[in-house]
Amino acid sequence: MTRISVTVDGATYADDVEPRMLLVHFLRERLGKTGTVVGCDTSNCGACTVHLDGRSVKSCNVLAVQADGSEVTTIEGLAHDGELHPMQAAFHECHALQCGYCTPGMIMQSIDLLNENPTPTEEEIRSGLEGNLCRCTGYHNIVRAVQTASGQQTSASATLEETAS
Amino acid sequence: MIPAQFDYLAPSTLEDALAALAEHGDDAKIIAGGQSLLPVLRMRLNAPELVIDLGKIEALRGVRDDGDAIVIGAMTRHIDVLNDPLVKENAFVITKAVEQLADPQVRHRGTFGGALAHADPAGDLGAPCLALDAQFVIAGPGGERTVEAVDFFVDLFATAIEEGEILTEVRIPKRAGWGAHYEKFVRVAHQWPIVAVAAAVKVAHTDAGATISEARVGLTNMGSTPLRARSVEQALIGQPPTDAAVRQAAASAAEGTNPPSDLNGDADYRRHLVTVLTRRAVLAAAGA
Ligand SMILES: Cc1cc2nc3c(=O)[nH]c(=O)nc-3n(C[C@H](O)[C@H](O)[C@H](O)COP(=O)(O)OP(=O)(O)OC[C@H]3O[C@@H](n4cnc5c(N)ncnc54)[C@H](O)[C@@H]3O)c2cc1C
Repeated sequence: MTRISVTVDGATYADDVEPRMLLVHFLRERLGKTGTVVGCDTSNCGACTVHLDGRSVKSCNVLAVQADGSEVTTIEGLAHDGELHPMQAAFHECHALQCGYCTPGMIMQSIDLLNENPTPTEEEIRSGLEGNLCRCTGYHNIVRAVQTASGQQTSASATLEETAS
Repeated sequence: MIPAQFDYLAPSTLEDALAALAEHGDDAKIIAGGQSLLPVLRMRLNAPELVIDLGKIEALRGVRDDGDAIVIGAMTRHIDVLNDPLVKENAFVITKAVEQLADPQVRHRGTFGGALAHADPAGDLGAPCLALDAQFVIAGPGGERTVEAVDFFVDLFATAIEEGEILTEVRIPKRAGWGAHYEKFVRVAHQWPIVAVAAAVKVAHTDAGATISEARVGLTNMGSTPLRARSVEQALIGQPPTDAAVRQAAASAAEGTNPPSDLNGDADYRRHLVTVLTRRAVLAAAGA
């Protein structure tokens, strides 16, 4: 067992973990933060994306011990006082999901993307999300949601009108 | 999938890491960013007794200017190599390769040294390092030694790093003012290349027009190690950066290669592909 101290969504936790424990299992099984999901389990799909010291990582490909002394933000740490994070609101507004399984990772990566590049082009959004797989939507509304959150697309109804015309 | 049990050490100095390696021999495994090692451990293709994490050794991180070379610390993350102005100015082909390596999340964790030590023949960093004649600084119980790029890549997943040794930094001779491009052919956006070509060229502008005065071309996934396309390099010298001239020079890109055959394409397909990608890479590098 190795003693670690990690700040997750603003609260600091000290715990003894097996060195082989993956960060995603620590979040889900030790802290009960099941908002972060395990998707492919091979580091490809990005469903488990969280922020580690402010940058997006695939939490199935990081050991919990490697996060010792670090700050982790999960999908559960985004909303404040019942108010959705603007990216969550944009995903909701643009209906950027179907089954919803990739959504936590998509949102975390989309936030990282805008942190790096506040006004990305459509192509930059698509390549910025290359590490996140969605098997339902065809990505269309996900891209719209990121454009909306970046202030480059005014609203979901505008999207609908555009598609209809 | 969960790795088999192992013990874990996170030393804060290189000396402590080397001492732990010396004590545990091949029961120990180094972890850098873990982006290649953790999938291997999770699939239980390897089960070390001890994992030694280099993540707390600050001295191995960062890019510095060292006169006629730039030096990239082994633990410098891909994202920090990508954004580094020294790399951009003096070894632009590395910037271009890292830009296309994996996806943002993997680039936030994976390291320059880890990718090179892993020596996947489809890895994106070997060919640019080989093309630029990079030097690899390796520390071991007996001190430090420097290995030239041509001697560093030994075989599939095998390098000159011996048991008990750690790659500490990579020195890259400066080549400011060179144009560069990394042309990567993939079917899935964030994956390893089927074939890729790293090209760096120097274009001289005279009254008679532009000509290529120097050229360096590295090939990814055209053999068990990264390869240098020397006949293409020679054929390019003195040529104008035009489609016709570069096409002719690139025709010999498959010379001396031994590409794999797999689900993505057979060896003959790759031999053809590499000539196409070489032309594209050189033309883009020359700004044509
Ligand atoms: C989804 C996904 C997509 C990817 N796509 C690409 C791609 O397109 N192109 C590409 O090139 N790579 C790709 N990779 C691999 C990526 O580049 C890894 O970051 C890199 O191969 C390993 O770097 P690391 O720091 O994570 O090393 P680790 O995984 O920690 O280590 C890799 C190996 O090197 C050894 N090692 C590490 N550092 C040292 C050192 N300093 N001295 C001695 N030995 C050392 C370790 O013991 C281990 O055997 C991908 C990975 C993933 C998960």
